[in-house]
Amino acid sequence: MFTTFFFEFTKCTLIEGGHEEKEMKQKILMGNEAIGRGLVESGCSLVASYPGTPASEILESVVTFAGETETPMHIEWSVNEKVAYEIALGNSYTGKRSAVAMKQVGLNVASDPFMRSAYLGVTGGFVVVVADDPGPHSSQTEQDSRSFAQFARIPVFDPSNPAEAKEMVERAFQLSEQYELPVMLRPTTRVCHARQNVRCLPPEVLSRKAHFERNPGRWVATPKFLTDLHRQLNDKIDEIAELESLSPSCTRGAGNLDGCCIISSGAAYANTYEILEDLGCLERVDLFKVDVPYPLNRSFIERVNTDYTKILVIEETYPTIEMQLSNRAMMGRISKDVPDYGELTPDRIETVLKAFLHISGKSEPDEEEGGVRPSLCPGCAHRAAFYAIRKTFPKGILPSDIGCYTLGMNLGAVDTCHCMGAGISQGAGLYHAHAADGPDYPTIVATIGDSTFFHAGVSGLINAVFTGARFIIVILDNSTTAMTGNQPTPQVGVMADGTPGNTVYIPDLVKASGVRFLRESDPYALDSFISTLKEADRFCRSDEGGVAVIISKHPCIMDREARKHQTQYRVTVTEECTGCKVCIKQFECPALVYDEASEKVFIDQNSCIGCGICSAACPVGAIVAEEVGGEK
Amino acid sequence: MKQQIIISGKGGQGVLFVTRLLAEAGMEMGLDVLTAETHGMAMRGGTVISHVKIGSFKSPLIRKGLADTGLFLTHSNVAIHAGYLKPDGSCVVNTDRAGAYKAVDATAYAKEIGSLLVTNLVLLGYAVSQGTLFCNEAVMKKVIKEASNPRFADLNLRGFERGLQL
Repeated sequence: MFTTFFFEFTKCTLIEGGHEEKEMKQKILMGNEAIGRGLVESGCSLVASYPGTPASEILESVVTFAGETETPMHIEWSVNEKVAYEIALGNSYTGKRSAVAMKQVGLNVASDPFMRSAYLGVTGGFVVVVADDPGPHSSQTEQDSRSFAQFARIPVFDPSNPAEAKEMVERAFQLSEQYELPVMLRPTTRVCHARQNVRCLPPEVLSRKAHFERNPGRWVATPKFLTDLHRQLNDKIDEIAELESLSPSCTRGAGNLDGCCIISSGAAYANTYEILEDLGCLERVDLFKVDVPYPLNRSFIERVNTDYTKILVIEETYPTIEMQLSNRAMMGRISKDVPDYGELTPDRIETVLKAFLHISGKSEPDEEEGGVRPSLCPGCAHRAAFYAIRKTFPKGILPSDIGCYTLGMNLGAVDTCHCMGAGISQGAGLYHAHAADGPDYPTIVATIGDSTFFHAGVSGLINAVFTGARFIIVILDNSTTAMTGNQPTPQVGVMADGTPGNTVYIPDLVKASGVRFLRESDPYALDSFISTLKEADRFCRSDEGGVAVIISKHPCIMDREARKHQTQYRVTVTEECTGCKVCIKQFECPALVYDEASEKVFIDQNSCIGCGICSAACPVGAIVAEEVGGEK
Repeated sequence: MKQQIIISGKGGQGVLFVTRLLAEAGMEMGLDVLTAETHGMAMRGGTVISHVKIGSFKSPLIRKGLADTGLFLTHSNVAIHAGYLKPDGSCVVNTDRAGAYKAVDATAYAKEIGSLLVTNLVLLGYAVSQGTLFCNEAVMKKVIKEASNPRFADLNLRGFERGLQL
């Protein structure tokens, strides 16, 4: 599990805080930790989330800091973002401050409650933290959640560093309560995963008791109420767009670049500022920092369009500010003066600024860089499962899903990856496409992780069973959400704060979905795993066939306790090795290394964890696994 | 005081831990700190890099050619990330091969101590002893003690001290 650590820097620095003097401490916090800290400090009483890079640490830090508040808090890893959003909405309806945290594609999952919550509004302050991933570093799109906020007509804050992200949490709560609207906080990866010294205050205690006021016209809001709710929403946004307190701030140039200004927000602002400083141009051109990209302050729009003739907008990732300015002289992502895709890395910003300011000289390209591709960990049971699947069905079609196991692509055992839970439904679609052409359809094996199965896989399974699809689903159950830092799943039965919850078993869900072929198999036992796969294929193709589910059960090897219970092998490569590299291509374990000098493979004993599975991958039997017992 | 440092290695080598230690050391000295890290899928054994900026900065990212110091846990990463360094920047590399950098076989010394997990601390100790970092030995020791998991604090300190002596 992720652990937060920090220590206090200046104890007892006193600052004015209302009638009381509050104790202020500095801590080094990651952006996500600063946001979590901000939620606790603001007296938020419920935080729900589903893990996903770059947002995962937000909830974990709420757990860490919850011990410092007297507000009773409910903190949960929900099964998905839609559920998380609705739980937080329920809490807000009673007047309590509430928050939900997710990555940008999580908002796609939560978009249904998100869109409607703008119309119906909230009671207790409601902050929607959505972490964007320009680049993207670890996501399936680089969509801009500020544009999503604009689509929903929900105000959005865009922090440029961790300390600011924390302050914006409180500002967002205040705005949310003033207008009874959800408010979004949109950090990007560079804010989420930056660390900074951040001022921390004692948590506010609001002492609110749950009070739900029945108001069917609002909380049920049948269509006849919605036009009026829509009008009210528009009025709120109009008012917010007039607020002087949310107007962009300006670093004034001395005016020798008359008529020019640069407008920026978020992490792109931080880089723009530093580069202008390095170029000695900070004093030459007016630089505006936008805290609230939507709704963009109306008098700011007017001022920019009146006072400036040359305007450059630098923002990530979509032209959210730019489109609201709607000025023809605008240079930005629409005019492509700023690249209209990808992260605005410092070097890309430097290039843009130099062109805008007519400064010569090229910038160093950031374009990286080769390096080693990521790979499943040595000893990962997913590798064994993928190896078995590919070996058993060399011509099979293998849709997959989102998690560590997407890396099964390296073994040629992942053919598709779309969005959470899509692998199962795509598997069904692939089956229907081939089955329509005749009975000789290829074997389709969809792989999905345990956490992803809970998130959005189970509805796809129900649908596949119901519609008579015939394919194999392998649920890769490693008893954790490994990719994002080993958060517990409902089957683990442990809640976010470490207290026990009620366990929900995957086999029970599978059976209840109407599946008639269900086996559990440990892929470490390669032979029996392969015969289970063959049995499943026979079932699919039998007269009474349908969806076959195999639960591939082996704990994540990052769980050191679990590792103690597995047999350890000393793995070596004998002189028989022909250097054919079949093991490296088909098994793809980082511990298998080809030595150019000897033209043979050797085992990197520093990374080998002694699972011994690779011995099956050598066509000449040169990989020898000798049982040693105990932990390596 | 302003210093820009990159830490480069492979996922699982403790790049993030060194990043945190440097950040805590900066704050211990009363300096402003900003760092940037790689997370998520890239950590599964892939190439990773962290940026540490000590002093007054706004962005956590270091631009190419501006880093004062580079700590490399993996020799092969020098080819990939050396471009971040200033022409006169210090380059400290975990390797048994000599080159145009300060070489230290941190992996071998860590093995000697009995745990490859402290390779990063041996390298850090060496980098401090070579005067390539903004902080001194005493500050770093204090930070290691406070930031380590109590179970590993002694081991981490031994690794760091081994690096100092080289």
